[in-house]
Amino acid sequence: MFHDHLVIADKTFRSRLFTGTGKFADKQLMTDSLLASESELVTMALKRIDLGGQEDDILQPLIAAKMNLLPNTSGARNAKEAVYAAELAREALQTNWVKLEIHPDPKYLLPDPIETLAATETLVKAGFVVLPYIHADPVLCKRLEDVGTAAVMPLGAPIGSNKGLRTVEFLEIIIEQSRVPVIVDAGIGAPSHAALAMEMGADAVLVNTAMAVAKDPVAMSKAFSLAVQAGRSAYLAGLGAQGRVASASSPLTAFLD
Amino acid sequence: MSFYDQLQQLDWDDIRLSIYSKTAADVERALSKSKSKSRLDLDDFQALISPAADGYLEQMAQRSQQLTRQRFGNTIQFYVPLYVSNMCSNICSYCGFSMHNQIRRTTLDMPQLAEEAVAIKAMGFEHLLLVAGESERKVGMPYFRQVFSQLKDKFNHLSLEVQPLETEEYAELKDLGLDSVLVYQETYNPRTYAEHHIKGKKRDFKYRLETADRLGEAGIHKIGLGALIGLDEWRTDCFHVAAHLDYLQKRYWQTKYSISFPRLRPCEGVAPPKSIMSDRQLVQLICAYRLFNPDVELSLSTRESEHFRDNVIPLGITTISAGSKTQPGGYSSATDKALEQFEIDDDRHPQQMATLVKNMGLEVVWKDWDRAITSVE
Repeated sequence: MFHDHLVIADKTFRSRLFTGTGKFADKQLMTDSLLASESELVTMALKRIDLGGQEDDILQPLIAAKMNLLPNTSGARNAKEAVYAAELAREALQTNWVKLEIHPDPKYLLPDPIETLAATETLVKAGFVVLPYIHADPVLCKRLEDVGTAAVMPLGAPIGSNKGLRTVEFLEIIIEQSRVPVIVDAGIGAPSHAALAMEMGADAVLVNTAMAVAKDPVAMSKAFSLAVQAGRSAYLAGLGAQGRVASASSPLTAFLD
Repeated sequence: MSFYDQLQQLDWDDIRLSIYSKTAADVERALSKSKSKSRLDLDDFQALISPAADGYLEQMAQRSQQLTRQRFGNTIQFYVPLYVSNMCSNICSYCGFSMHNQIRRTTLDMPQLAEEAVAIKAMGFEHLLLVAGESERKVGMPYFRQVFSQLKDKFNHLSLEVQPLETEEYAELKDLGLDSVLVYQETYNPRTYAEHHIKGKKRDFKYRLETADRLGEAGIHKIGLGALIGLDEWRTDCFHVAAHLDYLQKRYWQTKYSISFPRLRPCEGVAPPKSIMSDRQLVQLICAYRLFNPDVELSLSTRESEHFRDNVIPLGITTISAGSKTQPGGYSSATDKALEQFEIDDDRHPQQMATLVKNMGLEVVWKDWDRAITSVE
């Protein structure tokens, strides 16, 4: 039987919906929503985790639900800070996976490509599985591949904006060219955006704000789960032709007759 | 995973059956994707080279022409092959240079090479393709070093079509002025490959297949791919060319690529082709490559007839040779035709071809590279 699983580094995922822990009204709602999403990889900001405490209230329910943890370096403004944060996270959470986020700009939280490339190279050499959050820049994606990134996470729109896939032209190029999984991150504000990304051939999407700030986060998380599955199925099925085109006479190939 | 590993996982007959089972709906889907500017995948390519696409040839040609003009403009690049040697230590069933053929063998010495260069420059060419049989002992690195040091200041773009070399050797030649390398797999079916490559280093299928990887690693500017059409079932072989291109573009993303589609032609000591490709099918293949990959260079040689070339050049081709001689020394002196690799069909003079191309509304590009760019340390 055909199993459409996503493989990144040493892990295999059945769900192509990745999630985050931010912005939920309370921990119970967060846990219920993440369970409803069926997500198997959830990111959390290292800066939010109580590294000293044994009973961190973000981590415990996630660990209990057997989710894979993806610490991120949110808050880091340059490569040096991000590498330090990643090392702290590896120590604290016992995972060498890291979502690399370097945004020196506090307003739109746009990722710094130069620092991100440098940090990826350093972290890969130090044995990390690096998933960098980046602008939808096809050349940067290839440069990241060259230094050993495990996946790329181009943005659809500014983080938390819920604006959808504003970078669609560049996401298409990235998906076409990539040798590593492409995870569309940031800007996905509705299940239809997630479905579109999957129909285009993205390997996964990461959604956080749109679930956390919905009127009913649990129901919305379920909706995202279904949208990602539908989009993936449509991609695998191959979208149909968009209408018949009138058949022209044969000015270019008549010489063959 | 290397392309060789990928190839191990693909079953030749499964792919052939998949291509032959494509339907009109599959072709329409691929055409629709192309028209809506979506990227086509290898499955779409299968549909476009399938028998089901025959009835869509005019639509494919229209789209191929549009894409080519959009990407490359109203231009055609000219190049010329320079055969430097017909010596060869391989026995291959289809080639006029094959070691078992009783022909006179020669390798141009440096004064002869200089004469050829003068004759070729006089025709207007700046892009030169150096071709030789595969004789490592007589025509190996020491010879290539001499050739490049003599030619690199005379021509702005030098390509090579000789035996596969090592990564370090390509890197060294790159520093000496090598810009692009053509290495055709001939056939991607290992069994058929073994039948036709009877003796010599060329028997090593894997080493030849991985040449493109070595070129990519050496940072060679452009890599030329192709299958020799006729050795095996052409649709399946050409699907593998597209898959190979797809693999290489993802890995060696700074490299440019070109595809050629030589059809087997009669020549001394050669068995007739196993698969015959009609003119109509070659047009289908050219258009399919263009729809699948709007950026790849497509090259058409003088193996093809005048009539065919005149009609196909505007449909998707980016690069042509003109006035080619396939015997060493053929440009500067009226040398013996018995030395040649194969008979060319279109023997019109380059200036005559240039006028013809201009009359098609296309500009002839003689020079599209400058030696100074690759000389930067």
